[in-house]
Amino acid sequence: MEWTAILLSLRVATVATLVATPLGIAVAWLLARREFWGKTLLDAAIHLPLVLPPVVTGYLLLLTFGRHGAVGAWLAEHLGLVFAFRWTGAALACGIMSFPLLVRPIRLSIEAIDRRLEQAAATLGAAPWQVFLTVTLPLALSGVLAGMVLGFAKALGEFGATITFVSNIPGETQTISSAIYALIQTPNGDPAALRLVMVSSLMAMAALIASEWFARRALLRLHGN
Amino acid sequence: MLRVDVAKQLGEFAIEASFASEGRVTGLFGASGAGKTSLVNMIAGLLRPDRGTISIDGATLDDTSTKSHVPVHRRRIGYVFQDARLFPHLDIRDNLDYGRRMNRLAEDDALWRRVTELLDIGDLLGRRPGKLSGGERQRVALGRALLSQPRLLLLDEPLGSLDEERKEEILPYLIRLRDEAGVPMVYVSHDPSEMRKLATSIVMLQRGRVTAFGGAEILPREPARIR
Repeated sequence: MEWTAILLSLRVATVATLVATPLGIAVAWLLARREFWGKTLLDAAIHLPLVLPPVVTGYLLLLTFGRHGAVGAWLAEHLGLVFAFRWTGAALACGIMSFPLLVRPIRLSIEAIDRRLEQAAATLGAAPWQVFLTVTLPLALSGVLAGMVLGFAKALGEFGATITFVSNIPGETQTISSAIYALIQTPNGDPAALRLVMVSSLMAMAALIASEWFARRALLRLHGN
Repeated sequence: MLRVDVAKQLGEFAIEASFASEGRVTGLFGASGAGKTSLVNMIAGLLRPDRGTISIDGATLDDTSTKSHVPVHRRRIGYVFQDARLFPHLDIRDNLDYGRRMNRLAEDDALWRRVTELLDIGDLLGRRPGKLSGGERQRVALGRALLSQPRLLLLDEPLGSLDEERKEEILPYLIRLRDEAGVPMVYVSHDPSEMRKLATSIVMLQRGRVTAFGGAEILPREPARIR
């Protein structure tokens, strides 16, 4: 049960992070570099999972992406993609819950880039997408990695939205957090629960250190050393 | 032949400038705040004029009457900024090669050798911009702009951030560039002595307007240096 939960958590968090990252970069760039109608709204929507009770987010996901939900029914019928009570649903919940943490460092690192470097690139013949790929993204890379690590760590620990949306099915949706929850309600489950608590704490700590390290590297890079 | 005839409102400040220059180095001379940088930014395409036209050798870059505006990256106008703006994540070799790669130009060893020798930057290739002196950085910025093979080179106070000693170090390179690189230049400065040494024709700018055009004779007399 413990290993199954750890491996499932890793899989869920990895998929959530990898799918969310390109989207996170796009949103971070929009927020950092563009002025448009509804920008404040978009910013608020992204941060919503941070302040909304996770059970509310999970329930909203169930209403939207459940078998009978508007989006869920369509996806199941046309793409054969089912989220409800599957590990993919856990990944979706984790992706949404960790999104604000993923976007923030990327946005900050893009905002920290001197726009005059992007202008210089344009005068040298770089089209806007080339400027993004050759100047903006490389200079924001450490921020992207920091965001990924932080988002990954958050996804590993996500509990409320996940258990509401996809329940607590061993081997399918029972992540480390839900396994700990199940174990402490089981007689004699404490030793196993404590082992998972240790694993979970270590991973969170490592992620924070890695994230900090990437952020510091980003600064060095901006100064051209 | 560079033709500029533009109007631009920037807050309280208005630019209404018109000139045509065939010189190898067109000096854009004026006090700070005269609108020199805004004018150069319009030539580069970083700033759009409210009204008017800009053309090089008959090719229109901006014409507000037909709403045509060639975007910055298609203008083939090199720009050397006061702060070199080298890419901090690339070494000097990749900084120099950047324009060629973006424009998908074939490698040109002869040009590369000529530019790196002209500017004495061959020894810096493996280094990072952060490890260079101000003068070295500015020479690399010049090389980077030249290697993108521009049809016009804009230099906005390229010596502005350097101390006197460094200025004296870079000036000879600029003179060599003028005489050997074969790319027409627009040279922006508020320093009459730089203008005398470099410009072949001078546009005098005051409060956003062209007040004189001609040779070195239009420059104010140099005040006696107080040291």
